[in-house]
Amino acid sequence: MTTDYKKQPHHEFLSASQEALGKASLQIALSRLTDTLAAGNRSAFSALPDSDLLREKARSIKDHTLASLDTYLEQLSDSVISKGGQVHWAKDAQDVRNIILDIAQKKQVQRIVKSKSMTTEEIHLNDALENANLEVIETDFGEYILQLAKERPSHLVAPAVHKTREEIADLLESELKIPVTPEPEAMAKLARNQLRKQFQKADMGITGVNFAVAETGTIVLVSNEGNARLTATIPRIHVAVMGIEKVIPALKDLPVFIKLLARAATGQKISVYTSLVTGPRRTEEHVGPQEFHLVIMDNGRTDILGSPMRESLFCIRCGACLNACPIYRNVGGHAYGGTYSGPIGAVLTPLYDNLEDHHHLPHASSLCGSCQAACPVKIAIPELLVRLRASLNRQKLTPFVERLIYQTWAHTMVRPGLYRLASSFAGWLMRLGASGNWLTKMPGPIKGWTQTRDFRTPPKQSFRNWWKKQKNIRF
Amino acid sequence: MITCLADVLRPNVGKATVALLEHFGATVHFPEQQTCCGQPFFNSGVEKQTQQLAKHTIEVFADGRPVVTPSGSCAAMIRAEYPHVFSSSSPWHTRATELAGRTFELAEFLVHQLGVTKVDAQYDGTITYHPACHLRALQADNAVEQLLDQIKGTQCIPLRKSDQCCGFGGSFSVRYPEISGAMVIDKVSCIEETQADTVISTDTGCLMNIEGCLHRNNSKTQTMHFAELLATGLNLI
Repeated sequence: MTTDYKKQPHHEFLSASQEALGKASLQIALSRLTDTLAAGNRSAFSALPDSDLLREKARSIKDHTLASLDTYLEQLSDSVISKGGQVHWAKDAQDVRNIILDIAQKKQVQRIVKSKSMTTEEIHLNDALENANLEVIETDFGEYILQLAKERPSHLVAPAVHKTREEIADLLESELKIPVTPEPEAMAKLARNQLRKQFQKADMGITGVNFAVAETGTIVLVSNEGNARLTATIPRIHVAVMGIEKVIPALKDLPVFIKLLARAATGQKISVYTSLVTGPRRTEEHVGPQEFHLVIMDNGRTDILGSPMRESLFCIRCGACLNACPIYRNVGGHAYGGTYSGPIGAVLTPLYDNLEDHHHLPHASSLCGSCQAACPVKIAIPELLVRLRASLNRQKLTPFVERLIYQTWAHTMVRPGLYRLASSFAGWLMRLGASGNWLTKMPGPIKGWTQTRDFRTPPKQSFRNWWKKQKNIRF
Repeated sequence: MITCLADVLRPNVGKATVALLEHFGATVHFPEQQTCCGQPFFNSGVEKQTQQLAKHTIEVFADGRPVVTPSGSCAAMIRAEYPHVFSSSSPWHTRATELAGRTFELAEFLVHQLGVTKVDAQYDGTITYHPACHLRALQADNAVEQLLDQIKGTQCIPLRKSDQCCGFGGSFSVRYPEISGAMVIDKVSCIEETQADTVISTDTGCLMNIEGCLHRNNSKTQTMHFAELLATGLNLI
């Protein structure tokens, strides 16, 4: 595994998605996901009074914050420092890795525990830490499984969703040499026993940040397992890594997000643990880390801020769009080839990485809008995807033949005589190639249609021909 | 506005639309220069061609009359996207916004503009209804379901996972045929579960996608556009 994300070999979405469609265990795992999480999102929102107003409120807080992001980030920094914490500003992934390695080296850190953080996945932090001979243990059960399997997360919130419980049990047994049945409770108990002792042994705990409150210098950690809280409190040093878009102005802005996040993600009213962490332990306190470090990371976000893709920064990383998306449901997260997958991943990966390598992602969507309907902050993902498609064309990353087809097609469509001629001809051609009224094989670029469907041939008389005929009779 | 897909592939939808509008008291004009609303171009991010199609459509329907279309996608394209296709300082933006203000999908036009509340229609059989994605995005209440409820003799069986996309998505179905195929197979299996005689929708794209898969499966379930069903039930076609 390389440590520089940009040097990753080009990920081929087409072959990855085809492979995913053919993998039975993945299909089972993914369908279990939609039945539970997507249904949970829907029922939680319909049960929540004024859910639409709450979502609009959350949007407006994000919008307002982004409009004065520099002010709020500075306020956040001042607040964290006033509470005894330290703040580090990181321009990109390499910066973050260097900052954390630096702290580890200066403070004689050998063992690190981590709670689940997609931000740290984005910057491939674990690779850098392990290359520096530091021991890193993922404490979120899903991430722990992936660490054992040497795989990357395939979902924002349930990182090991691509594995069936049977696969997980096999993995735990072979890696830990302890027998376990493929029952969630038994496996969780085993993991808990293994992980519990790790917190005590660790010198540093690294978390992400769900929300960072500028007013008070508080970071908010949301988890179901409580591992984030332990990671942030037991080791002597706590490092929290956040993207710049995670800041919110004040504590009074927090409740609306807490109301929405868990409901959107899983259908729970609130996650099991919601921790508000403000600075390191105070002199009179006996628990908590001695040092608190907040790493504030850009890594491409300010570029997005000033662009038509700005709305993507509203994302609170709930994963609801993944659960709602029929494409994600069919191909899973790994096929997307980036840290973030599903609808929001299809937007973020071309933006954080580059559009050319990920040219499939904006197109691999039927624009059905289920993502937007599930999103707690109503991000218009289909609109953002269409904008990326337009970028592909503007940057001439679309194949020449395709651009030619669209130009010719449009040229025909704005000339009614030509349109009539072309559609009559196409109809005639199709009827020629059909048996009865149906085509079972389509040629060339459209042959994909007939892999799973037939195509009914156009009738001899189009609507406009019928209209012309009956108009003469009627008038 | 009959739509390019209905004009070429399913003209019966157009005939049914005309018959329904006339039955409920409207005088129907069909500007023969119409071709396509431009949605396939918009969805593929070809901005110049989208503008060409939009300008053509705006010109064709410039007479100020309400524009009615038997398609949620086309209505959504004009209402939601036409104003944004042109920069706000362009006169085309004003014209696009004006057109958007008087464009309606067929069912919503019948219910909300013509005030149709009761229909004396009869159609014996079991149906199930697939709501098209763009239609769901376009309207808050469901004018189609209101009208379907009115048809006597019809038993409407709820479709499981009804709000899941059928997998058409225009060029998506040929760019990513395996994924699109998996989606339509899923939709069709939910349809077959209902054992309905006919599946109803408001978009020709969805219908051709679903019926292609039903036919491949030798299914006895037929497809019908909502306009075809209502017009048949009223003995208009």
